[in-house]
Amino acid sequence: MSTVSRSAAVRTARKPRPSGGRRGERRMAALLLSPTLLVLALVVGYPVLAGLRESLYARGNGLDADGFVVQGDKFVGLDNYTSIFHGDRADAFWNAFTNTTFFTVTTVALETVIGVGMALIMHQAFRGRAVVRASILVPWAIPTAISGLLWRWIFQADGAANAVLGHQVLWTADGFAAKIAVVIAEVWKTSPFIGLLVLAGLQMVPREVHEAAKVDGASALQRFGYVTLPLIKPALLVAVLFRMLDVLRMFDLPAVLVGVNQKSVETLTMLAWFEATNLRYGSAAAYATILFGYIALIAYLFVKLLGADIIGEARRSAKGAKR
Amino acid sequence: MRRTITAGAVTCLALAALTACGGGGDGKAKAPSGALDGRGPITFVTGKDRSGNLQKQIDGWNSAHPKEQVRVVELPDEPNDQRQQMIQNAQTKSDAYGVLNLDVVWTAEFAANRWLTPLPKDQIDLSKMLPATVTTGEYREKLYAVPSTSDAGMLYYRKDLLDKAGISAAPKTYAEMWADCDKVKALPEGKGVDCYFTEVNKTESLTISAVEAVAAQGGSLLDASGKPAVNTPQVKAGIQFLADARKDHMPKEAVTLDTEGGRRYFQGGKLLFQRQWPYQYALAGKSDGSSKVAGKFAVAPLPGPNGPGVANLGGHNLAISAFAKNKATAFDFIKYLTGEQAQRANLLATSQAPTVASLYDDPALAKQFPYLPVLKQAITTAKPRPVVVKYGDVTAAIQGSVYDAVNGRTSVDQAVTDLQGKLTTLTAAQ
Repeated sequence: MSTVSRSAAVRTARKPRPSGGRRGERRMAALLLSPTLLVLALVVGYPVLAGLRESLYARGNGLDADGFVVQGDKFVGLDNYTSIFHGDRADAFWNAFTNTTFFTVTTVALETVIGVGMALIMHQAFRGRAVVRASILVPWAIPTAISGLLWRWIFQADGAANAVLGHQVLWTADGFAAKIAVVIAEVWKTSPFIGLLVLAGLQMVPREVHEAAKVDGASALQRFGYVTLPLIKPALLVAVLFRMLDVLRMFDLPAVLVGVNQKSVETLTMLAWFEATNLRYGSAAAYATILFGYIALIAYLFVKLLGADIIGEARRSAKGAKR
Repeated sequence: MRRTITAGAVTCLALAALTACGGGGDGKAKAPSGALDGRGPITFVTGKDRSGNLQKQIDGWNSAHPKEQVRVVELPDEPNDQRQQMIQNAQTKSDAYGVLNLDVVWTAEFAANRWLTPLPKDQIDLSKMLPATVTTGEYREKLYAVPSTSDAGMLYYRKDLLDKAGISAAPKTYAEMWADCDKVKALPEGKGVDCYFTEVNKTESLTISAVEAVAAQGGSLLDASGKPAVNTPQVKAGIQFLADARKDHMPKEAVTLDTEGGRRYFQGGKLLFQRQWPYQYALAGKSDGSSKVAGKFAVAPLPGPNGPGVANLGGHNLAISAFAKNKATAFDFIKYLTGEQAQRANLLATSQAPTVASLYDDPALAKQFPYLPVLKQAITTAKPRPVVVKYGDVTAAIQGSVYDAVNGRTSVDQAVTDLQGKLTTLTAAQ
């Protein structure tokens, strides 16, 4: 958002004007930005605030003498939040929290390694490169629900996975194997995404740098570690950040592949979904808000610790233009 | 500046988690009129009909009632999605949905939330219907929905293998069933054939298996007043049966098999006894090579511990949305679709179990659907799943506890104690 305001300001500054002054510049910027801000307020701001408000209310669920639900929403303050951390629901929450974190750590780590590998292959010049590139991208093009069904078929008791292993593993039953199944399917599907973004990064790396390193006698591994990796780091970090935010919200893949209400693969979004399905929208909004906070925290830490500069490019170019 | 940019970007990226969670009820109830008045066009809201028979029946109605046309609103295949859409419609108090095709377990929830119009019992003849099916349309003794189709589990068995083993009749008790398995296993043909299967994957099917196993022991998860009564010897014996059956008599992959998975297993000739719905009869009997057991199987009532077991009721009921227009037309349309003639046509076209008792005794139908006498007996003695307003929570709790016990992760005693606690909380408001 602010980046846009900067570049807009830059654009206005470039316009030849007799005596603009900083105030006029700002007013112009605000004017130019107002449609964007309005749309953002409508499609992002309002739903977030409505969700927060919803999480403070509970729908009447008591029954009167005739067995009818007593209608009406009631303001319950933070009850929806505190009840998440009590009794059975606390177990379910921490289980889902652990699952979500487990999926995030394992899948993103695997995807990064595989994705970078894919990008390196796609970057090589060889005969049939177009075919390889296209085929690597196929999993990413398949809708998640469909790939969930495909993997469900592969992982069923008499499916391809067990035939290849020569050993019967009950992948789709609630249990540890189900976690592994979800990780495999998720990595299969989303590694190409990291591959694609890293490939874009690789294409920005100037050839001379590699040639210079070669002349200096650096081995292939050294060239990768000291030249390629630092240069693709910005692209890689953005890719990893996007994947993390995405996998923290994971719902459809475990829901289709294993099913809902399965302890071993239940994620935080699935808990929110379950509450909403059973008409407790306040409680569902509370889960979603907690997840929102968790995602924001992870993203913030990631950006702080690793310095993923999502919008740095734009800022640098803005600075350059000013000079 | 930098910090705000970063925080802003982070917030924007994380927003997607929240944006899906707006909405909700506004709580202000517009008192819907209870009277069945008004005539004119209505809608019929139902899951997909693949047989084409529904459209035929609607066309029949429409040509006879040019001023009271019925339009079909098709909902997704998944029962849960159908329920979601119907609830959303009710919460916005929209009159877009008229007659609703409800799963039998939704009646209590929809009725208690005043989403359905109470139906006058004296204006519809329910005496021809099987009484067990009529109960599924009632909530607190008032009628809210009229049964249009029913369903109940039966025991499918491999008649050819039993004959070879010299067994003349299907087993009536669990002990007989296990003994028959041993005899068949001793045959060369019995190699690679698993003994028994009822669904134990963690879905609604597990609730059904549990309710059947418990009912067979003479127990029930809720007592007569609707209070949870899980910690009883009957319930424990029922869950113990499922646990033992899974361990000793079911295929190893039983926990991964859903209804269709079970059907494929049986049709692959790998199963001697199977608890399954009637729809499998026609598919398993197909002689086009898709079924290896065509002509080799038969059906019988479910076995129990000391005699015949108890099936669980499935099926669908027709109800009128509380917010619908033209309720008089809607009520007539329900009478038309649940009438004997329409149900006969439906049975012939879709092989869905009717709710009209006389159809089961029709010799022409019994010839085409040889399982009808068994099914009638199953439905007559069937027990419903728990009738509770918060059915979604209750069935999830049942599935969780029973699944752990059946897979030996917790003891049966522990499971029933847990379940009693959960169900007590969930039904506390009732």
